Amino acid sequence: MKISLTVNGAQRAFDVHPGDTLLEVLRREGYKGVKKGCGAGDCGACAVLLDGRAVNSCLVLAGKADGSEVLTIEGLSKDGALHPLQEAFLDEGAVQCGYCTPGMIIASLDLLTHHPDPNEEEIREGIAGNLCRCTGYTKELRAIQAAAEKMREARHG
Amino acid sequence: MTLIGAGVPRPDAADKVRGEARFVDDLAFPGMLHARVIRSPIPHGRILRVDLSRVATHPRVHCTVTPDDVPGENVVHVIYDDQPALASDVVRYVGEPVALLAAEDRESAREAETLARVDYEALPAVSDPLEALRPGAPVVAVPAAAEGRDESPNLFNRMRLVKGDVKRGFAEADVIVEGEYRTGYQEHAYLETQGAIAVPEEQGAITIYGSLQCPFYVQGAVAKVLGLPLAKVRVVQTATGGAFGGKEDVPSQVASLAALLAWKARRAVKLVYDREEDVLTTSKRHPSVVRYKSGAKKDGTLTAIEVDFVYNAGAYQTLSSAVLWRGLLTAAGPYRVPNVGIDGRSVATHTVPNGAFRGFGSPQVIFAHESQMDSLAERLGMDRLEIRRRNALRVGDETACGQKLKESVGVLETIERARELSRWEDRLRAVAAFNASHPHRRRGVGVSSVLYGVGLGAKSPFLDKAGAYLKLEADGSVTLAVGTVEMGQGLTAALSQIACDALGIRIDRLQLTPVDTTRVPDSGPTVASRGTLMSGLAVLDAVKKLRARILDASNGLGIPEEEIPARLNEIARSFFLRNLDPAVEGWAHAEPVDWDPETGLGNPYFVYSYATHVAEVEVDLTTGEISLEDCVAVHDSGKILNQGTASGQVEGGIVQGLGFAVTEEIAEKDGRLKVKGFTTYRIPTIRDAPPSPTVEFVEALYSPGPFGAKGLGEVPLMAAHAAIARAIAHAIGKAVSAYPLSPERVRQALAS
Ligand code: FES
Ligand code: FES
Repeated sequence: MKISLTVNGAQRAFDVHPGDTLLEVLRREGYKGVKKGCGAGDCGACAVLLDGRAVNSCLVLAGKADGSEVLTIEGLSKDGALHPLQEAFLDEGAVQCGYCTPGMIIASLDLLTHHPDPNEEEIREGIAGNLCRCTGYTKELRAIQAAAEKMREARHG
Repeated sequence: MTLIGAGVPRPDAADKVRGEARFVDDLAFPGMLHARVIRSPIPHGRILRVDLSRVATHPRVHCTVTPDDVPGENVVHVIYDDQPALASDVVRYVGEPVALLAAEDRESAREAETLARVDYEALPAVSDPLEALRPGAPVVAVPAAAEGRDESPNLFNRMRLVKGDVKRGFAEADVIVEGEYRTGYQEHAYLETQGAIAVPEEQGAITIYGSLQCPFYVQGAVAKVLGLPLAKVRVVQTATGGAFGGKEDVPSQVASLAALLAWKARRAVKLVYDREEDVLTTSKRHPSVVRYKSGAKKDGTLTAIEVDFVYNAGAYQTLSSAVLWRGLLTAAGPYRVPNVGIDGRSVATHTVPNGAFRGFGSPQVIFAHESQMDSLAERLGMDRLEIRRRNALRVGDETACGQKLKESVGVLETIERARELSRWEDRLRAVAAFNASHPHRRRGVGVSSVLYGVGLGAKSPFLDKAGAYLKLEADGSVTLAVGTVEMGQGLTAALSQIACDALGIRIDRLQLTPVDTTRVPDSGPTVASRGTLMSGLAVLDAVKKLRARILDASNGLGIPEEEIPARLNEIARSFFLRNLDPAVEGWAHAEPVDWDPETGLGNPYFVYSYATHVAEVEVDLTTGEISLEDCVAVHDSGKILNQGTASGQVEGGIVQGLGFAVTEEIAEKDGRLKVKGFTTYRIPTIRDAPPSPTVEFVEALYSPGPFGAKGLGEVPLMAAHAAIARAIAHAIGKAVSAYPLSPERVRQALAS
């Protein structure tokens, strides 16, 4: 069957099988920044924004996403400029192997969009579904805090 | 300019935050097929019949492979060559590969897999190592791999270390404590599963792209299974999504399987494991039983230790002999012990072969030696930090294996600094006050000190070498290649810093190319916390050679030395115009080591790293749940080249240690692992991580190391889990003797 998605701002049509997950379709279509860590909803590596909310794309049937808007990690930087979250992950040294990073950043984006000024507890809740085996989460937590501040500043000019 | 020690950003991170880093599953080659592995469903059995006829009828299946199709030797080449690439007659663990298939797409491969039919005659299996040693137990090990077969057919290896007179040592002791400690499986849980792509090349060659730590191991394994000269096998490492030892030996298997299919199909073949498959069928940390007896004088001085430990190796040797060896040489801890008897055995069972995991056979004995130190302190009424301080190794001391430490022994400093940073005495008081006022919650503080022999040591001294290739491009930028890999630990940053610092160029003027076995000679594996040290030395050697040539050229051009960095492009241009050779090779090998297998004594490692961690936990007495409230981690890894990546290693190691001690568990029954990917294997999430651990480095420089650096990667986990376990014991006031300290185990301990 055919579905249409707006991926990172571009309207696209895809041929999909009924059992295909959104993760499979996105990766097949070249959005390789969307990572598969488990395929079972347990790790968050495959997170994308679906109509503005973070979802584990391995749990979403592609057919069900028909007509939706999708943001993947590839769509986050604008004209080559990094998003404040990406910058903060770099500045705070929150990236090691980097396999969890795209999903972690997408989950953080959802969090900061809906809670611009989260406390530490809210950040922990917000990315509790994103596993990272390398960092111990310390620098990721700091990166999200730093990005939140930058994004608030940007918003208030 | 000095880049050494600074928090230089990692050159590999920008691609990763953009989602542009290319991991193995992100790559495709023209005509690439997708592989599946047909695996044994039983722990032990004879293969009666392999029927792939229905698989072959699937319209999208391109080919299948059985042992008859193996052109070279049917083995996964590691140390003993006892493990077949494909089991041909007997299967020895659940998940053992039996046959392979390749299909045009992943879905079809998966469908076709269900069409395979393999008949087995089930045979009795043994999964407990102590049972496997009993007379009459089912035989697991291939005889040639059982070095201890005179004693038991399942005894892979037995190693002993004897120093002084243990009997006399215990006679001199004022107190003696004994304990038995058990640890379970720990799965690496790298976020990226195992994967490789095999691509047949022209002139009978093959290239492997893969997620791996040891490109030269993979090269050797693929050459052997295909019967090719090494020169026909090229291995290229792709971005690697975590490894932790799990991508030390297993990629040799994954790549061998992909290569067998690619060789037969004459097409590129991708083999990427599912998470469930990965957790069930790849190596883990060896489950252990450690019995430990320690004696000390009234003032806390250790007089003797006696240790007996058994590791469950699984069905094949893989790296178990080396894992056991490190356990043997770590079992005494970072302490002076005059009389020592250590006896370690690794035993074959009908379970998945266990292998390398951060710490490599040391965390199991560390749990024991640190528990013993606390038991001694308790019996003597001594402070737990104090007893460690009194026994800590110093320069000039002898280790348990009789090695005289000539320099770079920072353990005492780590203990003293940990005392200050943790405000040890205040913290103990605060915890006591907390406990007095909370009826259902208990806090506890634990400490642990460790030593780690850097590098492969005398078990395989031929592996401690490394190469580098450095080329001055005509515009003054620099290309660098090495043979050890980035897997998240920060090697790219450290090596770029070393090269750029010495050449006086900006980090963005240097490109560290992907690791490729055709670029540099065999540089050994990226394991044993040796990457920065060994490749760092090779890079320094290359830089020295290139700098000499640059100096020559700049003299000819009349460029003063201090202007070289700024005018490197001019100099590079002159190399080009005057046909000068702009490329050099660097080489490094470790200082000599020696070890006597008869006595277990010698100088097994060229240098040691050390650490002391203090952990504070809170235990909910009703549920048995544990939270890690704080951790202070002080490390001596010699010179720290990059503060940011180094503290990242420590923070990550703390949380992985928390997983080992508390949350991570795989139950096993009749040779079957009861685990379903991350759904049931629970690694710590951000909710479990301590709010803000304190990390500090004391730098006892190692003069032969690059700028005095030693090794770090494994040490944080080694120290963290034991500090956490000891904090839990302190909190509940009961002995803890088995990992993981799950809520259930804690409740049991409380009820005892
Ligand atoms: S891959 Fe989707 S949650 Fe792990
Ligand atoms: S950086 Fe490796 S899993 Fe998070």
